[in-house]
Amino acid sequence: MSDHPLISTEDLSVSFPLGKSLFGPQQYIHAVAKITLQIPRGSFFGLVGESGSGKTTFGRALLKAVPISNGHVEYNDDEVDYNLEHLTKAELKDYRKRAQLIFQDPYAALSPRMTVRDIIAEPLELMELTSSREETDEKVREIAAKCRLNLEHLRRFPHAFSGGQRQRISIARALVSTPKFVVADESVAALDVSIQADVLNLLKELQRELGLTYLFISHDLSVVAHVCDQVAVMYLGRLVETAPTRELFAGPKHPYTRALLSAIPSLDPDHVSKAQKLEGEIPSPASPPPGCKFHTRCPFAIDICKTDEPVQEHVTESHTISCHRWKELDYSDAAE
Amino acid sequence: MSESLIKVENLTLQFKTDEGLITAVDDVSFEIAPGEVMGLVGESGSGKSVTAKSLMKLNPGNAVYSPESKITLSTDGRDIEVLSLNTASDLKVVRGGAISMIFQEPMASFAPAITIGDHMVEQLLLHTDLNKKGAADLSVEMLERVGISEAGKRFNQYAFELSGGMRQRAMIAMALSTKPKLLIADEPTTALDVTIQAQVLELMKELVAEFGMGIIFITHDLGVVAQTVDKVAVMYLGRLVEQGPVREVLHHPAHPYTQGLMDALPKLEDLDAPLTPVAGDIPSPLERPNGCVFHTRCPKYIAGRCDAAEPKPFGVFTDHNVSCFVAEDQGARVA
Repeated sequence: MSDHPLISTEDLSVSFPLGKSLFGPQQYIHAVAKITLQIPRGSFFGLVGESGSGKTTFGRALLKAVPISNGHVEYNDDEVDYNLEHLTKAELKDYRKRAQLIFQDPYAALSPRMTVRDIIAEPLELMELTSSREETDEKVREIAAKCRLNLEHLRRFPHAFSGGQRQRISIARALVSTPKFVVADESVAALDVSIQADVLNLLKELQRELGLTYLFISHDLSVVAHVCDQVAVMYLGRLVETAPTRELFAGPKHPYTRALLSAIPSLDPDHVSKAQKLEGEIPSPASPPPGCKFHTRCPFAIDICKTDEPVQEHVTESHTISCHRWKELDYSDAAE
Repeated sequence: MSESLIKVENLTLQFKTDEGLITAVDDVSFEIAPGEVMGLVGESGSGKSVTAKSLMKLNPGNAVYSPESKITLSTDGRDIEVLSLNTASDLKVVRGGAISMIFQEPMASFAPAITIGDHMVEQLLLHTDLNKKGAADLSVEMLERVGISEAGKRFNQYAFELSGGMRQRAMIAMALSTKPKLLIADEPTTALDVTIQAQVLELMKELVAEFGMGIIFITHDLGVVAQTVDKVAVMYLGRLVEQGPVREVLHHPAHPYTQGLMDALPKLEDLDAPLTPVAGDIPSPLERPNGCVFHTRCPKYIAGRCDAAEPKPFGVFTDHNVSCFVAEDQGARVA
């Protein structure tokens, strides 16, 4: 395995124009701002944050499903090396095959009028990856078997299936074009715990078998802790901290990461979290506060946080943080 | 008058559909004391919401309650048989009167063209003697009480102008303004972010302490259960398979289904533990298994016994009951 990452972004920004105003300059929502991040090949890369933090937009930008406003994204799988902000038509078509998305809601993602076979075969037909119907059927059966779908069920319609089975159908559809990079956006959020465990195990298995790299977007930190090997935390379009999973969960450095982790309800009724609770809510991305975006809710904010945006620093080679005060903050009293 | 606030006995509920009778709730019994918080957990389709809605007789017209079903609400020194109430005006005592409900998706629970304030005033006029002015004052006070800033301004806003966390707070304020004896919270924090969830749970705990009402907390999140409830009931396919004090059930789950749920849950304390799903799929409600409803997926299934007879609740510890032959064979746990 070569050592360069599959995806690397540099100052990636995505902005959407707000409704036009007659006077004054055009307003923008900066959904994703200046994100520099590497996704190593073969990793199960977690991306967490509250609603409105820009995690979905970031995932879509990597898929080239939303326009990239600024910065660079490089995709390199040793066969091809693309700069996502300048793709030719042919390259984009090829990239669609290499990068795929698994949706959140398996009830909304599948057309009720198509059979399971047609749903899974559609990407092959649209991308013209197969030359005959027999070849398509062959590929559909192959991926369906890998996703533990009953081949008898291929002729049925999605309404006949439970949530877990539907999610397996969505996964089969995403993987049928043999992608290298898969964005799983809240792919287990709508499922019951037992089915969630089943789908997570399947994703892991497929990763080993097919050599996939995942960007796993989730708001459920315990799920992320279990399946991901690296985690990035986003807040209001910014990357606040990224680290190997265990390092992050054992010793979060950013006050936001700490607050996020302490908000997870513990399974032990006698364990009452001592860490600070966050007041208030995430500000609107249309009018983000100046300086560090988190300072309005941060218990450690000082004057510099209100005016200057922190730059990304390295704690270790694989652990980055954006906080003015990370070196001086000591959480040892709250960590017991 | 009994000591419990609400007592459910042998509740069985079937839905008449084109494909036949579907059993949604099967012989469920439990009771809640004033000031007690009960968690009701189970997968989708296990009958948690239907059970909770029965307490207000809120299920649709095709619901058939069995003759043995009995729900007794004890309030203001008298007992009300909820299931014998028939007209909407009789049911007013229960719906929104003694019992209030908070729903999962606060956006769907507020009418989009009516202000938050009008929602709150309307139900206060229906259920209390307050006049319009008094109802408006109380509503603003309740909004302040649940931590909504600029309550006077929010009172005149519409649901879409509020953020998710604020909407859920407004929902709670509305549900509590009539001073209900029992609050049914159906997945109240599922749609919220963890930091907001922590705030809402904290708020609910404070309000229970202040108002002394009973709460039924419907959720699939065992972490939320651990942090909020006093006792927990686990449902599977309409059956109540296990119930007991929260520490008991989470530390010593006795039913194979409860154990399965715990094994499937990602735990922060132990990141190396494999996630083990409960084998198989939940059966269709049209094909309810005979005997113990869980036997088709149970790893401890005893052929000839679990598929032949229905296990009755068995006490494994003080107040901790389990409907399972295997747990019965192991006998009660010694402290």
